[in-house]
Amino acid sequence: MSAELGHYALILALVMAVVQTTLPMVGAARRDALWMGLATPAVIGQFVFVSMAFACLMHAYVVSDFSVMNVAANSHSDKPLLYKFTAVWGNHEGSMVLWVWILAVYGLAVAAFGGNLPPTLKARVLAIQGFIGAGFLLFSLGTSDPFIRLDPAPINGNDLNPLLQDPGLAFHPPLLYFGYVGMSMPFAFAIAALIEGRVDPAWARWVRPWTLLAWCTLTAGIVLGSWWAYYELGWGGFWFWDPVENASFMPWLMGTALLHSALVAEKRDALKSWTVLLAILAFSLSLLGTFLVRSGVLTSVHSFASDPARGAYILGFLVFVIGGSLALYAWRAPALKATGTFKPISREGALLLNNLLLVVGCATVFVGTLYPIVLDAIDGSKVSVGPPFFDKTFVPLMAPALLLTAMAPFMAWKRADLGGVLQRIWLAALALAGAIALIYATHGGPIGPAIGIGITAWLFVGAIVEFADRLRLFRVPLAESMKRLAGLPRSAIGTTLAHAGVAVLAAGCIAGSAWRTETIGVMKPGDQATLGDYTVTMATIGEEPGPNYSAVVAEMRLMKDGELIDVMYPSKRFYPVQGQQTTEAAIRTSFMSDFYISLGDPDEASGGHGVRLYHNPLVPWIWIGAVVMVLGGLLSLSDRRLRVGAPARARARRAERPAEAGAGSKAS
Amino acid sequence: MSDATGSSGEPNRADAAAPPPRSLLFRLRFVIPVLVFAALAIIFAFQLGRQDDEHSRDLPSALLDRPMPDFALQALPGWSVGLTDEDIRAAGISMVNVFASWCGPCRVEHPIWVEYAKQPDAVPVFGLNYKDAPENATDWLKKLGDPYKQIGADQDGRAGIEWGVYGVPETFVIDKEGRIVLKHVGVMTREDLDKKILPLIAKLKG
Repeated sequence: MSAELGHYALILALVMAVVQTTLPMVGAARRDALWMGLATPAVIGQFVFVSMAFACLMHAYVVSDFSVMNVAANSHSDKPLLYKFTAVWGNHEGSMVLWVWILAVYGLAVAAFGGNLPPTLKARVLAIQGFIGAGFLLFSLGTSDPFIRLDPAPINGNDLNPLLQDPGLAFHPPLLYFGYVGMSMPFAFAIAALIEGRVDPAWARWVRPWTLLAWCTLTAGIVLGSWWAYYELGWGGFWFWDPVENASFMPWLMGTALLHSALVAEKRDALKSWTVLLAILAFSLSLLGTFLVRSGVLTSVHSFASDPARGAYILGFLVFVIGGSLALYAWRAPALKATGTFKPISREGALLLNNLLLVVGCATVFVGTLYPIVLDAIDGSKVSVGPPFFDKTFVPLMAPALLLTAMAPFMAWKRADLGGVLQRIWLAALALAGAIALIYATHGGPIGPAIGIGITAWLFVGAIVEFADRLRLFRVPLAESMKRLAGLPRSAIGTTLAHAGVAVLAAGCIAGSAWRTETIGVMKPGDQATLGDYTVTMATIGEEPGPNYSAVVAEMRLMKDGELIDVMYPSKRFYPVQGQQTTEAAIRTSFMSDFYISLGDPDEASGGHGVRLYHNPLVPWIWIGAVVMVLGGLLSLSDRRLRVGAPARARARRAERPAEAGAGSKAS
Repeated sequence: MSDATGSSGEPNRADAAAPPPRSLLFRLRFVIPVLVFAALAIIFAFQLGRQDDEHSRDLPSALLDRPMPDFALQALPGWSVGLTDEDIRAAGISMVNVFASWCGPCRVEHPIWVEYAKQPDAVPVFGLNYKDAPENATDWLKKLGDPYKQIGADQDGRAGIEWGVYGVPETFVIDKEGRIVLKHVGVMTREDLDKKILPLIAKLKG
């Protein structure tokens, strides 16, 4: 029964989405308050019905209703309850429902918090969100119905891909989707602005918090996925430049650029058409991410649906949404006029240059991901692009970007004095030189990673110095500095945290790739292996049953300088229903490095087991840096000026503008 | 950028009222994104159309039904022999699987090869390790199992060019005379193996 109810709810949601996209759009053109007002109930209706469908699907999973094909294909009665929940979005059909549900949540947020938006802008934003919703609901119902029944129903299900039965991956897709779908907010605002022919600071104020929210969830989602790959794939690596990873990384790069250009649009009333373009591209890449993963254009570990009919639909939808919005951009954007002008050396200039670096970086990732397909389509030539490509193209682009990130906050709006900036940032320059010298002296070898770490030291120290500058730390009495800290806007603290977090994360990535050491061998109980200063002894190895798998678990004693420092339990699981194995690495982490053990296959000749030991310096910093970045983003998001300021400002824009703009640029 | 440079002399008006004279070149810049996208969309559509075709994954190979190229590759460290065209010719009906440790899809298909190699009637499967760091490749094989009769390390991708390798993974079926009779691009699924490759091998065996 629940499946039919869910199916019906999805159809009703589609009807609601069609209402939401048509009537308010026409109403906004005709300035008809009644028609525009229809958007809100339609949004609420859509949210209710999609939630209902989602709940029905979840119910089918929790009670293991194997008469529903989707449940039979992806669940099993022995599976732990947590993974019965998460299996709902661990498959193609269910993940589409989750996508639409998140979109409905965002739509609801506009309806709920958008009371102070100009009515035509609100109606148009909701109409565009409704259109995207309708497109995805139609896709779900037409090509990927999650509620199809099976007759006769099987006694048990096929189980979820064991790689997905993991807490890290359980919450990776929802966070990622909150990010992807969140980019629909700036997109809807951008399209609405193009239709209205107007982008003003109030508009940018509206766009920024939504972009920031999407950026935070996207960051968290990507890093959670990377963390999962790190401990679950058992290779000791954290990023593989896999097409699906790239698909989530591209909107992140675009979103990061958008976040900063929206800042310029808000504070300085400049870079308007650029901001609009970035908003369109960020969402386009989010859609493309969905397309790449779902259509089978590219194959990869993650693609769990390869179906040309779906691909054809998504392509048509992409062409309409992206092509349509870029055409609208080509037509309307030339009319967007900026009032703020600036010199090349200014904060605007620095932000714009960093924007360009991020966009070009995104383009290289795009090329590296799609080049093989494109070239083959053109002339059939055969190329392959592996991680070496990205190391040679993307990484060098990010070096100047990180250098600039530290400098921009020191620069004044409109026109900055580069000499003055360098004078204030001398401590960071010292850190840069010191770190390079220190690392080159201790590690020698290629200078690249040393320079990389130097740049991250520059960024980190630069962020801290800028913050200390704001407090006038050590220049005025401490009590005075504390008072300044209390008075500092949260968005300023957020910026510092986010920039420092980027530095920490980048340092982790560089060190983790450059100075990783490893030992691989076959071990039996009693055997010893060494890696650097560490000695690992295999004490025992044996089988342990799990709920829906059987595991081989080894007890490994980790010694350093003759002292036992930890006992670790790497294991390997076998999932009989899907006939698959997973690796559960054991990781001993300290603030500075990870010691990582993963168990391989049994070696029949010697009766031992394959064991891989890694020492990954600074890898914990990746996760720490990411958490700091997200915290910085969330702190910014909680800034009063973003929450309250925008509507208040939109209401009394003209009266308040001069005073507030002045205060705003001083504070940040 | 466009705002900063294009409007420096504009009067201070936020709303689009009287459109000022703008050069065609200025307007043209805004058309670039949609043109780039249109080009991409055409390529995607073309690619998707090929996928609809049942044999799309058997990309036409210039080498199809022609003798395999001459090549000689070194062994991976720890493996005693490399791989040459003579080895494959000597083995009779066989398969050549192009793989790399950095390639995600290879990992997906790998268990299928490991399982296939254990079959009593399996033909030899040769490995062509494409543009890989040798130590990564050996780790990978130690961890996931080595289904290959012999492996050649094609570190610079030279042999890959000779073979017309489009990307990894890729699989070639070789007949008794050492001719390439089929090229399969992308992941070898169980279904591909059972429905396409094995019947073909049975036919070759006569």
